[in-house]
Amino acid sequence: MTDVSRYCTLVRSKDAGPFMLTLDFFFVDAAAREALVPFLSPERIGELYGVDAASVEVYELRDINALKISFPRRVVSGDLGDTDITGGQQYALVVEMIEGLDLP
Amino acid sequence: MLSYIALNGSLGTGFKETSLERGVAHGAAFIGADSGSTDGGPYYLGSGAWIWSDRAYERDLGLGLAAAHRLGVPLIIGTCGGGGGDAAVDGYAAMVDRLATEHGFAVRVACVQSEVDRRLLVDKYRSGKLRPLPGAPALDEATLQLPGHVVAMAGAEPIQDALALGADVVLLGRCADAAIFAAIPLAEGYDPGPVWNAAKIVECGSAAAENRKGQDSMLCTFDDDGFVLEPLDPDLRCTPNSVAAHTLYETADPYRLTMPSGTLDARTATYEALDERRVRVRGGTFAPSDAYTAKLEGAAPVGYLSSFWGSVRDPVILRQLPSWCASLREQIGARLSATWGEDYHLDLKVYGANGTTGEATEAVPREAVIVFDLVGATQEDASGMARAAYHVGLHWPVPEWRAGSITTFAHPYSAPVVDRGQVYRFTLNHAMVIDDADERRAVFRTTVHELGRR
Repeated sequence: MTDVSRYCTLVRSKDAGPFMLTLDFFFVDAAAREALVPFLSPERIGELYGVDAASVEVYELRDINALKISFPRRVVSGDLGDTDITGGQQYALVVEMIEGLDLP
Repeated sequence: MLSYIALNGSLGTGFKETSLERGVAHGAAFIGADSGSTDGGPYYLGSGAWIWSDRAYERDLGLGLAAAHRLGVPLIIGTCGGGGGDAAVDGYAAMVDRLATEHGFAVRVACVQSEVDRRLLVDKYRSGKLRPLPGAPALDEATLQLPGHVVAMAGAEPIQDALALGADVVLLGRCADAAIFAAIPLAEGYDPGPVWNAAKIVECGSAAAENRKGQDSMLCTFDDDGFVLEPLDPDLRCTPNSVAAHTLYETADPYRLTMPSGTLDARTATYEALDERRVRVRGGTFAPSDAYTAKLEGAAPVGYLSSFWGSVRDPVILRQLPSWCASLREQIGARLSATWGEDYHLDLKVYGANGTTGEATEAVPREAVIVFDLVGATQEDASGMARAAYHVGLHWPVPEWRAGSITTFAHPYSAPVVDRGQVYRFTLNHAMVIDDADERRAVFRTTVHELGRR
């Protein structure tokens, strides 16, 4: 069990346009970033969010100890069956995954 | 040197009057505000309804209009109404007319409307000039002919054309947020890299500042060494970190921004504290594209929605919720088909269990709210189906409670079904190649109106 706030000062999700979802991670420091980045690979995120790993883009912003991950939405925003129009609560899955890690 | 003011990140969401006053006292070459968003889904483009209320828009627009008039500089508003349809531009022009009349001055207003002619869309499709963008839905000619609205997103050039006509106010249909703030600095000859980077940051108003409590205004000043950002509320401050962090917000790629005329690459940008609340930004490059393109957005109606929701607290139901919902869904389907045929869409979302993410889970919640959505060809159909589904759900049996009839969920409203009107779907996420400046002017149609006190 890991307290996510010991590693991240902010984890959030949001639509990047109606067709894409984006996750932002702001880490406490470089050590926290380096500890978590291996768990935030396209494969891992693809599996967690049910999307093809090849469609997952990861951007590391080392200057500000941040990471951005973008991928197509499961359902286009507002389409029949969508449950989260702004994508604002989709970060929950990755927070749950991080909290389940056995980190020092 | 060139300064400009971004009123806020979304016209109608407010800013401090004192902030705008500080900007006016400083001086600015123009005032701009974005009024559009796809955050709320396809409803606003599809229906033409405006996101905020008339009073909210008029408050922000009135202050911005008066400030621009006092400075003798243009006011530029992008993506009127939220979706940026043609009718919203006319509606904003009517608001400007009322407000300018109240203030007692005349204004020359340029309206730029860009709902796209469907024949042009089909021609572009056939000639391979509609390019899919990431995540784009499949496209065919029938999709291009669907009812609803299709808009082309303006870059800086249609704004520059409108200003060349002597406009005091430019009101645009769908417009790239950043184009509002790039058009004049580009026309003044500033380096496109920093110009687009600045425009991308300030289109959210003061969002790049630290500890922001609400929407507010931002000042951006260009000189030969890049640009300086300063929140106009003295209690707010920009730091290199807050500005760099903002560049991530609601964009798939934190560095690149594609515009009709090319792509910004902000990887070379640097952020330096000028003092406690101002940040100087340098660098960023802009690579012109081979073809001039306009991003297309489309929203088409899919039917009428009626909804109701019920809260389940019984642990016996909750521990078998997925299978109970599956059998209920089947029964509702049978009940609806008997009366309405098969022309409907039924959706159950179980918020409190897995509704938010749609994930498969074994976890048993302590309480859950089932949202039932019914979409039909007419509101009457949707409403009738929802009321029928309500009755099925309210008494759907639970195997363990075998001695008699049971009531399965709580709801707070008498007459539980809510008729939600038409629902829409985004149909397009494509870039349309525009052949030349004449075609660009045909797509971004500009009209000039003398409004206010004459």
